[in-house]
Amino acid sequence: MDFYSLLIQLLNAVQYGLLLFLVASGLTLIFGIMGIINLAHGSFYMIGAYLAFSLASLTGSLLWAVLLGTVLAVALGLFLEWALFSRFYRREHLEQVLLTYGLILVFEELRSLILGNDVHGVAVPAALSASIPLTDTLSYPVYRLFMSGVCLVLAGGLYLLIQRTRVGMMIRAGSSNREMVQSLGLNINLVYRLVFALGVALAALAGMIAAPASSVYPGMGTQVLIICFVVVVIGGIGSVWGALLAALLIGLVDTFGKVFLPSISGLLVYLLMAVILLWRPEGLVKRT
Amino acid sequence: MNRKRLTLALSLLLLAAVPLAGSAYYTELVTKVMILAIFAMSLDLLVGYTGLVSLGHAASYGIGAYTLALAAPRYDPASLWVTLAEAVLAAGLASLAVGFFVVRVKGVYFLMVTLAFAQMFHFLFHDTDLGRGSDGISISFRPDASVRGFTPFDLGNSVHAYYFVLVVLLLTYAFLRLLLRSPLGHALRGIKSNEHRMQSLGFPVLRYKLASFTIAGALGGLAGYLSAAQFGFVNPELFGWHQSGNVLLMLILGGLGSLTGGVAGAFVFVAMQELFQALTIHWQLPFGLAIILLVVFLPGGLASLPARLRPPRPEGPFHV
Repeated sequence: MDFYSLLIQLLNAVQYGLLLFLVASGLTLIFGIMGIINLAHGSFYMIGAYLAFSLASLTGSLLWAVLLGTVLAVALGLFLEWALFSRFYRREHLEQVLLTYGLILVFEELRSLILGNDVHGVAVPAALSASIPLTDTLSYPVYRLFMSGVCLVLAGGLYLLIQRTRVGMMIRAGSSNREMVQSLGLNINLVYRLVFALGVALAALAGMIAAPASSVYPGMGTQVLIICFVVVVIGGIGSVWGALLAALLIGLVDTFGKVFLPSISGLLVYLLMAVILLWRPEGLVKRT
Repeated sequence: MNRKRLTLALSLLLLAAVPLAGSAYYTELVTKVMILAIFAMSLDLLVGYTGLVSLGHAASYGIGAYTLALAAPRYDPASLWVTLAEAVLAAGLASLAVGFFVVRVKGVYFLMVTLAFAQMFHFLFHDTDLGRGSDGISISFRPDASVRGFTPFDLGNSVHAYYFVLVVLLLTYAFLRLLLRSPLGHALRGIKSNEHRMQSLGFPVLRYKLASFTIAGALGGLAGYLSAAQFGFVNPELFGWHQSGNVLLMLILGGLGSLTGGVAGAFVFVAMQELFQALTIHWQLPFGLAIILLVVFLPGGLASLPARLRPPRPEGPFHV
């Protein structure tokens, strides 16, 4: 394998890893801070992709679709937290599993009712549709670089939000001691609502920007949810930093597995998880 | 306690009488429900008695089903007794192997890891030659129950199949009851209520969990085998996560840690499914909404309903 093919695969691996991180970070934030195990998180990714598809065909521009879609995703997150999830913080994990399983059925069926079960494609915006020529035959699409860029910016923003802002301080305080934050006079319920909406928006955004690069299809939510669970297990539950590390690792293993061991590439991610379970049952980054 | 036994005996009589009604549709439907009940009971050992919430129980179901499909000769019926034993053994061994990894993790982690491993099996049977691809395999002949030329019953006959599954259900129930009464069963319950205490008492907790995972898997394989024998068809969706989610749903609906809860849950689940499917092809929408409403307004599942309807007793501990 020559240098340029290797470079292309490496860029693909990083792009896939960063995209997974966007989805998994919401999952791990919601679990780490609010103790909610959310099986419906993959549905938010699916909803994002379908929003990009339908809004892009409605407005004619992916940019508008993403902006509108993000607003809708935040609204959905705020509504779900207010109507359902806020009642479940103190309930058992099994009941949270039941609730979010019911939500998946509802979201999947609504999707099927409104938009059908067909596979759709979303056009790459004209400004980003070029490819960068690497050699005479190989080139790399600009849109994929753009995806990685967006993911990096969002990851950086997430880091700044959590580590450097007042809201981030409240989030971190709330994750370690809910009662204490409340008795200090801070509105923890509002913080939880915002974190939940943030998680939903991140997953939906990932779905929206992924839509032009892959296709939009019914089972996409489940698939991404299961891989995100693997990310969380490998990275360590509740750890955003661990999720980033694990997502990039999975991106590398999956992408290069497809190149070098195509017949069993789908297995490699799970084998990686098995190895990590033996080596570090609590994940790469232990939560302190 | 007496009232409970009476309910059990009456339900059993009712179950035994179903084929007498003469409707082939309902006989086959209840056969399906009883297979799911065996599946749910096997999961109860893990979730309700050992405290390990698995979202990958479909793996054992699928392996049991595929064992029949792969072991059956193409132009002859397979031997029921041989392939049944093979299916239980295969599912048990696969669970032993998976269990070796998953019992190391705790809490919701367990749920994620089991889901991922089930997905790995889905991939194995969907994308490699092992399971002959995504179309699945059809089983041309029902397993043959004859032993040395004597045929006690014929699974092709839906009434015979019904009673065979009913007997397997009762045997599974009896087996689990005995198991739970044994020292192993007590140790598992101890692990559920306080793992650290069991550890410091000198119990090899991981080995006990592994035993529970393996036995639950073997019985899950039994259920999968029966379903393959009934429908004569297997495909990778048997490993799908909906399968795992649905069986967990049955268990929660019926109530954890009572064995009979899984059976009741299987009936409620299929009844809801039939009801909503009769209403609309988009039956998952009302079904999902019903689940959400149920869990919001009725924590503790349907099993808590009798206790809620009864006037509260003035004294004594509150049981959920």
